[in-house]
Amino acid sequence: MSVELLLGALLAAAAVAFVAVPLLRGGEPPPSEEPAQETLVAAEERDRALAELKELEFDHRTGKITDEDYRALVQPLRRRAASSLANGATLPRGTAEHPSEQHFSEGSASSSRSDR
Amino acid sequence: MPELGRAALIVCLGLAVYAVAAGSYAAWKRRQRLAESAENAILAAFVAALVASAVLMIALVDKDFSLVYVYEHTSLELPRAYTISAFWGGQEGSLLLWLLILTGFSALAVILGRRSSHSLLAWTVPVLGGVILFFSLLLVAVASPFATQTAAADGLGLNPSLQNPYMLAHPPMLYLGFVGLTIPFAFAMGALLARRSDELWIVVTRRWTLVAWTFLGFGQLLGAHWAYVEVGWGGYFAWDPVENAALMPWLAATAFLHSVMIQEKRGMLKIWNVLLVVGAFALALFGTFLTRSGILSSIHSFTEGSIGPWFLTFIGLVVAGSLALILSRLPLLRSKTRLESPISREATFLYNNLLLVAFCLTILWGVIYPILTEALRGEPVTVGPPYYNFFLNAFGLPLLLLMGIGPLIAWRRASLRGLSRTFAWPLGIALAIGVALVALGAGSSVPGLVGYTFCAFVLSSIGLEFARGTRARQALSGGSWFAAFTELVGRNRRRYGGYIVHASIVLLAIGVIGSSAYDTTREQRLRTGESMRVGDYTLTYRGSTQERGANAMELRALVDVERGGESLGTMQPGKNSYFAEQQVSNEAAIRSDRMSGEDLFLIAEQIGRDQVFLKVLVKPLVNLIWIAGFVFLGGALIALWPDAREQRRLALRYGGREALSRA
Repeated sequence: MSVELLLGALLAAAAVAFVAVPLLRGGEPPPSEEPAQETLVAAEERDRALAELKELEFDHRTGKITDEDYRALVQPLRRRAASSLANGATLPRGTAEHPSEQHFSEGSASSSRSDR
Repeated sequence: MPELGRAALIVCLGLAVYAVAAGSYAAWKRRQRLAESAENAILAAFVAALVASAVLMIALVDKDFSLVYVYEHTSLELPRAYTISAFWGGQEGSLLLWLLILTGFSALAVILGRRSSHSLLAWTVPVLGGVILFFSLLLVAVASPFATQTAAADGLGLNPSLQNPYMLAHPPMLYLGFVGLTIPFAFAMGALLARRSDELWIVVTRRWTLVAWTFLGFGQLLGAHWAYVEVGWGGYFAWDPVENAALMPWLAATAFLHSVMIQEKRGMLKIWNVLLVVGAFALALFGTFLTRSGILSSIHSFTEGSIGPWFLTFIGLVVAGSLALILSRLPLLRSKTRLESPISREATFLYNNLLLVAFCLTILWGVIYPILTEALRGEPVTVGPPYYNFFLNAFGLPLLLLMGIGPLIAWRRASLRGLSRTFAWPLGIALAIGVALVALGAGSSVPGLVGYTFCAFVLSSIGLEFARGTRARQALSGGSWFAAFTELVGRNRRRYGGYIVHASIVLLAIGVIGSSAYDTTREQRLRTGESMRVGDYTLTYRGSTQERGANAMELRALVDVERGGESLGTMQPGKNSYFAEQQVSNEAAIRSDRMSGEDLFLIAEQIGRDQVFLKVLVKPLVNLIWIAGFVFLGGALIALWPDAREQRRLALRYGGREALSRA
């Protein structure tokens, strides 16, 4: 047997051993803590509503949306965000950020800019 | 060492079979240990591919002519650097590079997936295993790089066009892009197979697509520069089938990177996004098929082989299987929200997608039409640049315009009053620049003038977006403009990285328009001492020289260049006659003006004892194309840079406490 074939056989044996390691541990691990699909979808919906609200505030602050348009758009979005927050009160927190990261939301929500 | 290489490929094939079989069973029966074992098979497959690649690389560097592949792609005189690029200079080697990158990316996806998206991996691993299986099988059974022969005294050498420094980077970069698109495909299919209705897969897929798209985009620019300096015809993109093969998946991935934002922000376009992921992957496979099957004649198609039917069958299986899976999961992919207004940010993304996909499909049709006509009628038909240029103008100019319009429009809907306010400055600047260009004489090309005016509109729109965002950020957090600017970009790297990429596309467009719509070309025979004028330049032929290079005889024409009475030096266009390869290549001489971005490009078509037939091209602004490549890379890196806040959010959303502790 040549050295090369021996090295090839060693490679194959090492691969088999590496692949077999998890099987040799024995027993199935406990199921992961990932939330159920419905919960994840609800969390995504909640995060999306909050992100949309934040985006609207940003667009308003940078002048892409007039005060009039902002007022028309912000109320339905706030209602949706509140509703999704209420629905997902028990969900893992996602988009809701540390207070220091909510500058735009806080700043714009309380501002009443005049159109230029 | 060929036996070790062959053994490593067989081990890789066996591991891929195991990853498919054990991975599928584990995902179906929810067996965690077996799933981990299948994941390990992917990791081990990478090591096996690495061993096979190392064996081939050593054989190439050692010039071991007992390997057919080494004999056919190197010679004793071939410089060391190009023996490395010979790895991907032929069919078998490039397929091995595919496998190496594929297993490498797959292993990385498994390692990263274990940390952040483990639940997605279950069905993703068998899909990855399936693709690895295909390439391993090709290398073991159809196109082995380890075929042996009686050792020859010297090799046949490497195609002279490949003997260029760009060939050390351009093909691997393209392959990183092509192969990278496998990972988004595997995650998308994995999510559908697992019947997941959440969007974790879209987060993972978006990042991998961005990586692959960056490599593919930058790789294409490197290829364009290679064509420009090496092929010696004065251009950088010729709508060659193989160039198109790289452009198509890039366009599909570009469309996906835009439409995925609509899914993330509005929950729309789910089916469309999966279709784009499948399309980009299928087009990457099709690109490899075009390059490696020898079905088309192309300056880039360096090999011919028998792998065509295998690739077509695999592409057919991928497309049919993916479509069947998407159809069976339609209820999971239905969107709950609708487009609120045709004038909104998401609507511009939709228009952008339609244009990108339409452009991609017209290119695809241009590529496959000659193949179909030859197969059906027996006569080859050529689809040339006029076809592609027509669609480039038809789809490219509106796409360019949309890059400027998109950032100015708000999400959901925009009113006319809001639009008039945000559009005023960019429109005003664009019109002013358009008028100035007409005054400067740019009206000689209407498409050029329109293109430049659009470019001005897009650049001013991007600049305004940065300025408004910085001002808003400064108003909130105080501090300097610079601090506000960095905070703005740092808080939304994807958006502002994307704008920088848009700016790079504008630079590219300026370079392309300048060098194609406003270029000058002259051809003339010059005797020794005679001169010719091209644009502002005066060229004088001074004679020729001939020298023996490392592996070629180098013949050069000596041409003195002057502009405005000032000497700019001597340029030396010529030809190389390669000894081993028995081929002659054009060696163009290029002089770049750093201030204006203009190139003077000389091609010595014929060099006689006391005369030369010169082709001279003056290409304004062409260097902006290459600068655009670096700006593109910068923007893509900003967009790709990990965002700790986003990772924390995603870990909280998808991973629960366990993931949070890992994040």
